[in-house]
Amino acid sequence: MRFYEFEARKIVELAGIPVTEYGFCTTAEQARKAAETIGGPVVVKSQVLSGGRMKAGGVKFAETPDEAAEHAEAILKLEINGQMPRGVLVDPKAEVKQEYYAGVVWDGTAKRPLMLFSDIGGIDIEEVAEKHPDHVGRGHLSNLLPISDFEAKQTIAATGVTGSQLNRATQVLARLARLFRDNDMILAEINPLAELTDGSFVALDAHMEMENEAVGRQKALLRRQLEIAADDTREPYEPSAFERNVAAIDAADHRGVIQGRDHGFQGNLGLVIGAGGGSLTLTDAVRSQGGKPANYSEIGGNPSVAKACGLAKQVLEKDGVEKIAVMMSIVSNTRVDIVARGVIKACLELGRDPGEAIAIFRIPGAWEEEGFKILERYGVEYCDRSVSIWEAAGRAVAKIQGTPA
Amino acid sequence: MPKQLDKVFIDVEVDASVAADGALAAKLEEVCPVDIFKAAEGGVEVVEGNLDECVLCNLCVDAAPEGAVRVVKLYER
Ligand code: SF4
Repeated sequence: MRFYEFEARKIVELAGIPVTEYGFCTTAEQARKAAETIGGPVVVKSQVLSGGRMKAGGVKFAETPDEAAEHAEAILKLEINGQMPRGVLVDPKAEVKQEYYAGVVWDGTAKRPLMLFSDIGGIDIEEVAEKHPDHVGRGHLSNLLPISDFEAKQTIAATGVTGSQLNRATQVLARLARLFRDNDMILAEINPLAELTDGSFVALDAHMEMENEAVGRQKALLRRQLEIAADDTREPYEPSAFERNVAAIDAADHRGVIQGRDHGFQGNLGLVIGAGGGSLTLTDAVRSQGGKPANYSEIGGNPSVAKACGLAKQVLEKDGVEKIAVMMSIVSNTRVDIVARGVIKACLELGRDPGEAIAIFRIPGAWEEEGFKILERYGVEYCDRSVSIWEAAGRAVAKIQGTPA
Repeated sequence: MPKQLDKVFIDVEVDASVAADGALAAKLEEVCPVDIFKAAEGGVEVVEGNLDECVLCNLCVDAAPEGAVRVVKLYER
């Protein structure tokens, strides 16, 4: 789950990390008042869940409260990467001596949080790591043991920072690391972390992302402290008709689970796939065989015939879909015969020949003998677990491309 | 409206000798996990829209007198 900058600032503040006095505003008048309270020049920033705000004109500097109100008015109407802003953040233009970077990310390979620090802030850490690798300090953290300040200190010291800067930055990075773990974040980043002319350190901008699976147990932070509504899912884009329809079919029937996504997919091979996290592997298998998936989907947990049929119909009806591949990666409790009935029914109801529309059916598992009888009856090519998913994907791709497998 | 096909894969036959039996109708309605039977005023009613959801559990066959209810796999015909 992603957070707006004003929420990320609040999370940082709650962890005891100093931030500048800022105001979250949803009207130009509120922005004027916030600028008056702050006093002096301010920066007005669009609150969207998207990068590239500066380039798109979503960040503007103002010398007076009137100018801040004017900028807020324009920014509040400005769409950035398909998103309308939730509001604007009015922030003082700080007197910065030096900018740093402090971050904690989830290292999926090491399966541990990773602290990152750089004495070059204000730009992407990836860019710093590429151009100035000696200016990036790294340090893994335990998932269980208490986080000590010295671990943060070591990470910062690796970049050559010493003295009072080292001591002050250590407090920030250690607190950031604790908030990362306490709040189940997958990303907690302060960029820039500014050293002001008086020597103090403040977070000027922050990015936070929480593990989606943890949303349920972080209600105290989300609902009470940040006042985020339960239905505020933070989807990065508007769901398509396909996605909405699949979700509605799923919600209408408690049996089994189906999901469908087609954002960014434009291929001709529809996918009805799933089982034990197999959808990603199956999509990759199709791609590595040169195929062009038309969608991503998940089917499992023993859906009803109607649910399997509903998903297959939605996939078959997508623009550009020529055939569908029905595949699962592993043997699961999902009944093969029930899914076979569902996908064949989808073809029949749409007036398509199942033998032509279904490029391959590879679902190993419960009631497969019964399933194979149905598939044979309708002339659908199927295979069992002796055929790998990569090979099955290859057969589907070959069929759609009109080349022999 | 896209068309909806029923009874593509499964049919259920209820023998005329038990079709009007209210007690059996109630029993069949209770045992079928996918609501294929309904206890109607006239006895056993088969809900066509649910036939293809049959999970082949045979609970209906076992609940009825021998041979009175038959589950037919149309794809084997
Ligand atoms: S076999 Fe099971 S699911 Fe099918 S009609 Fe009989 S009771 Fe219902």
